[in-house]
Amino acid sequence: MGPGHEAIGDIESHPYDVVVIGAGGAGIRAAIEAKAAGASVGLVCKSLFGKAHTVMAEGGVAAALGHVDPEDKWQTHFRDTMVGGKLLNNPRMAELHAREAPDRVRELEAWGAVFDRTRDGRILQRPFGGHSHPRLAHVGDRTGLEMIRTLQDRAVAVGIDVYMECTITRLITSAAGANGASESGSVVGAFGYWRTTGAPVVFPAKAVVLATGGIGKAYTVTSNSWEYSGDGHALAYSVGAELIDMEFVQFHPTGMVWPPGVRGLLVTEAVRGEGGILRNKDGARFMWDYLPDDRRGEYAATDAEATKWVTAQSEGRVTDARRPPELSTRDNVSRAIYTEVREGRGSPHGGVFLDISYLPAEHVRRKLPSMYDQFKELADVDITRGPMEVGPTTHYVMGGVRVDAETGASTVPGLFAAGEVAGGMHGANRLGGNSLSDLLVFGMRTGAGAAARAAAMKAQPYLDPVQVRDASRELAAPLERGGDQDPYGIQRDLQDVMQRLVGIFRVEDDLQEAIGELARIKSRWPDVGVGGGRTFNPGWNLVFELRNLLVVSEAITRSALQRTESRGAHSRIDFPDTDQAGWGGRNSVVRRRGDGSMEVTTTTLPPMPRALGVLLGKAH
Amino acid sequence: MTLQVRPPAEVATASAGPAAVDDGTASATAHLRVFRGEAGGPTHYDAFDVPVEEGMVVLDALHWIQGNGAPDLAVRWNCKAAKCGSCSAEVNGRPRLTCKTRLSDFDLAEPITVEPMRTFPLIRDLVTDVSWNYAVNRSLEPFTPPADVPQSDWRWQQEDIERVQEFRKCIECFLCQDVCHVLRNHETERPFMGPRFLVRAAGLEMHPIDQADRRGYLKDVGGVGYCNITKCCTEVCPEHIKITDNAIIPLKERVADEFYDPIQWVWRKLRGTPDAPARKDLPVLPSAPPAGSAAATGGDSAQPPRAPEPSVPAAPKRAATRTKRTRRRSDAGDETPSEV
Repeated sequence: MGPGHEAIGDIESHPYDVVVIGAGGAGIRAAIEAKAAGASVGLVCKSLFGKAHTVMAEGGVAAALGHVDPEDKWQTHFRDTMVGGKLLNNPRMAELHAREAPDRVRELEAWGAVFDRTRDGRILQRPFGGHSHPRLAHVGDRTGLEMIRTLQDRAVAVGIDVYMECTITRLITSAAGANGASESGSVVGAFGYWRTTGAPVVFPAKAVVLATGGIGKAYTVTSNSWEYSGDGHALAYSVGAELIDMEFVQFHPTGMVWPPGVRGLLVTEAVRGEGGILRNKDGARFMWDYLPDDRRGEYAATDAEATKWVTAQSEGRVTDARRPPELSTRDNVSRAIYTEVREGRGSPHGGVFLDISYLPAEHVRRKLPSMYDQFKELADVDITRGPMEVGPTTHYVMGGVRVDAETGASTVPGLFAAGEVAGGMHGANRLGGNSLSDLLVFGMRTGAGAAARAAAMKAQPYLDPVQVRDASRELAAPLERGGDQDPYGIQRDLQDVMQRLVGIFRVEDDLQEAIGELARIKSRWPDVGVGGGRTFNPGWNLVFELRNLLVVSEAITRSALQRTESRGAHSRIDFPDTDQAGWGGRNSVVRRRGDGSMEVTTTTLPPMPRALGVLLGKAH
Repeated sequence: MTLQVRPPAEVATASAGPAAVDDGTASATAHLRVFRGEAGGPTHYDAFDVPVEEGMVVLDALHWIQGNGAPDLAVRWNCKAAKCGSCSAEVNGRPRLTCKTRLSDFDLAEPITVEPMRTFPLIRDLVTDVSWNYAVNRSLEPFTPPADVPQSDWRWQQEDIERVQEFRKCIECFLCQDVCHVLRNHETERPFMGPRFLVRAAGLEMHPIDQADRRGYLKDVGGVGYCNITKCCTEVCPEHIKITDNAIIPLKERVADEFYDPIQWVWRKLRGTPDAPARKDLPVLPSAPPAGSAAATGGDSAQPPRAPEPSVPAAPKRAATRTKRTRRRSDAGDETPSEV
C-alpha cells in the first residue's frame, strides 16, 4: 500500500505530495526528479506504463553534444531553435533547453540508454531539419522507445508508484479559506477512474504536474495516438490556467498517405536526414523552389552538392557541402508538399514521392529499420527499391499551458505542466528532435518545481467533497442518461471540421465557419450516451476526451482567427505575410471566463536578455 | 565504409508507387468473430460484417466495429504503428499485433476469429490483465554502471552494442509471454519470468559496462532452466528479435558456466558460496481470481477482478495456429462458445 491510502466517502483516495498526470517522457522525468527531491510521487496514466506517445518518436533527441561537429555549442542550438520558432519562443525556455539538453541526454546514458555510436565510441548525432549541425542523438529510428524504456526502468528502480490505465477527468481546486489551502482556487488534487474497473479514484496532492502530451486527435489525419486528446490543455483551462500560442499546430511534412488505414502515420524526418529526396509526379526535386530567400544560402545549390553532403554525413565526416533542401523546417516542407499536391503534381494517392532507394539497401535498412518494416508490412513498398508516398499529417502542438520557464508552474497555483502540453518553448514552429530534449529538460525542472512547492506546504490540502461528488456524477452520467448521441460520431464530425477548416492553410471565412460548427458539436455533447457498463469501456472514455478536444479545437480556431499574419506553422491565405510590426513578439492567450466562455487576447514575450539577442545576430 | 550512391530512382510514373488507387476491392466484406465478455461473467462471440478497404488491418476492423454499433468493444491500443505493443490479441489462434495483421492475409470467405491473449486473466473482450509482467519486471536488478569510471570516459563501438540494441527493440507486446507454453499452461511449480524478461535480462547482462551479476537470479528466481527452447517466442515476435538464439541460450550458457561447470564448482568451494539471489521469488502468474478487487499502490494499477480459469477464452479449433507447442492442456481448445 502506498502512503496514506484512504477513502473519501466510498471513493478510493491516494494522497501524494506530487501527482503527475501522464507517463510519457516529460511525466516520467518529472516524477523521477520530484522523487529525488524527497517528495512522495504518484504517476497516473491512461494507458499501460511504457506505451505513451513518446514511444513513437523516431529521429532523435537534439542536444549540442558536439560529438560529430565540435563547432556545435548550446549557443548554436539556441539560435536554431529561436529562428525555427520565428522568434516567438520564450527566450529563457529556449536558453535553458539548449544549455541543459546535453546533460539530460548523458543522464539517459547513465541510466542505461544505448545510443548509436560515433567511430570514437561516443554518442552519435544525426542531422535534422533546421539544425545547423548534426545534433540528434539517436537509436536508429526508434529513439523514443529507447528513451521511454530507459525512463521507465529508472522509475521502477527508484520505486515510483504508477497508476496505469487510470483516466483523470477533473482537477480539484481549493475553496477560499479552506483548511490547508494556501490560496483560493489553487489545484489540490485530481479526480479520475480506473479504466479496468470503472471505479472512481481521487489523488489529493500539494502539486499536480500535467504531462499529457498533445491534441492530434482533433484532426482526421494525424500521426498521434488516440491518447492525444488535449486532456491536460483542457484540464488546465477548466481551472482558469492560461494557454498560449494555440494557433500553432505542426503538420509534419511526411506521413504515410496509403493505405487508408495508416493515412497520417509518421514517416520520420530521419529519412530526409539520411538523404531522402522529395519529388513530384514529374520527377522534379521541388524543394529547391520553396526555400525562403533569407535561408537559401544554408542549403546546397545543386544535386551534386546535396549528394556530397549525404555521402559525407553517412560516413560520419564533416563536409563543406551544404545540406539538401529537404532539410528545410517542417512548416516550410509541409506547405511545399501541400502546394504541389493542390496544383496537380502529386503522387497517385495524393502525396509526393520520398526516395531513399538510391542509397545501398543494407545502409537504408540499418539506419531506418522501422521505416523499412513499416512500408514493407503495411504498404507493400520496399523503400530500398522504390520511393515512398508521403503527405502532411498533424503531428504536434506548439501551444499549451503558459508556464514559468524555471519551474514549469502554470498561472494557477499548485498546477504545473511539462512537455507538449506546455507552451512557449517552441514558438511558432518546433524543430525536429527538440521535443524529446524538451521533455527531459522541462520534465526535470517541473518535477523539481512541483516538489519545491509541496515541500513549502504544511498540510495535505483539503479536498472539497462537493467537487468530488460532482465529478463522480459527471463520470457516471453518460452511462446512465440514455443519451442518443454516439461519441464516435461526434468525434468524426469534430475531426472533419478541424481537418477541413483549420488545417495547414487558413482563411477567415473557414475559421468563422469552424467556430459555428464547433459550437453545434459542443451542444450535442450533453446528450452523448454509451452502453456497456464500466469495465474497460472505450466509448465511455471517449466521452471525456471529446469534451477536451472541443476545448482545444475552439482554442486553436479562435487563436488562428485572431492572428492576422502568417508565421511558422500558422499560414493565413488572407494574410500571407509575416507582420513583424504588428505580431512580432506577441503570443495569443486563451483563458476561461467566469461565465464559461472562451476569452482570446495577446501578451508580449518576456524581453530578450541582451546576451541572448547577440546570439541571434541579424535574425533578431 | 564507403557509401555507394546510385543515380536517383525513376519516380515519375504511377507504377513506381503502390498499385492502383481504389480498384473496387472496397466492396469486399470481412466476417469477424470477436470474443466478448467480462471476467467472471458469461462469454460469447459476436459476429460482425466489416467492409474492407485496401490495406486494412484487423485493428482497423475493430475500430470500424466500435464506430458502428459496438462503442463499448474493449480493445487496448495506442499507436497503431507497431511501436507501442498494446494491441496484442490472438487472430485465428495466432498471437499477433492487430495493427500489423492485414485482412488481405486471410481468406475473406472464412470468418476471422479475434480473441484476447489467453495466458493472462481476462478483463473484458480483447483486454487482459497483463500487470503480472510489470511485477516480474520490478524484480530484475537494474542497469549498474561502474562506480569508478567517470561517464566522460565511457566509450564503446557500434559493433559492441548491436546485440543489446536488438534486445532493446522490444515493445513489450507480451506476445512472447502469451505463446510461451511454460506460462500459458502453468507448467511449473515455481514461477518463470518468461521470454520478455529474459530478453531484458540479456540486454542488461550484455551491456558493455553493466557491472551487476544476474546469473544467480536467473537460475533460482527467474527460472531460465524452464525454457526448453521451442522458439515459439521468436516466431511471434513482431520486432523479429531472435529471442531464443540470441538471448535465452546465451543466458543459459552463462548460468551453466557459473553453476554447473566442474572447475567453477571447485573454485566456488574454495572461495565460498556465491551470493544468494538478492530478491525474493517472482509473483505467480495468476490463473484464479484473487480475493476481492483491491487497488494496488506501490505498484502498477489496480487489479481488476480476475477470471476463474474456465472463462479464459478458447478457440473452438486452432487450425490456423502455426506456433509449435510441445504440450497442451487437455481442456484447451475444447470450450464451445456460448453464443456466436
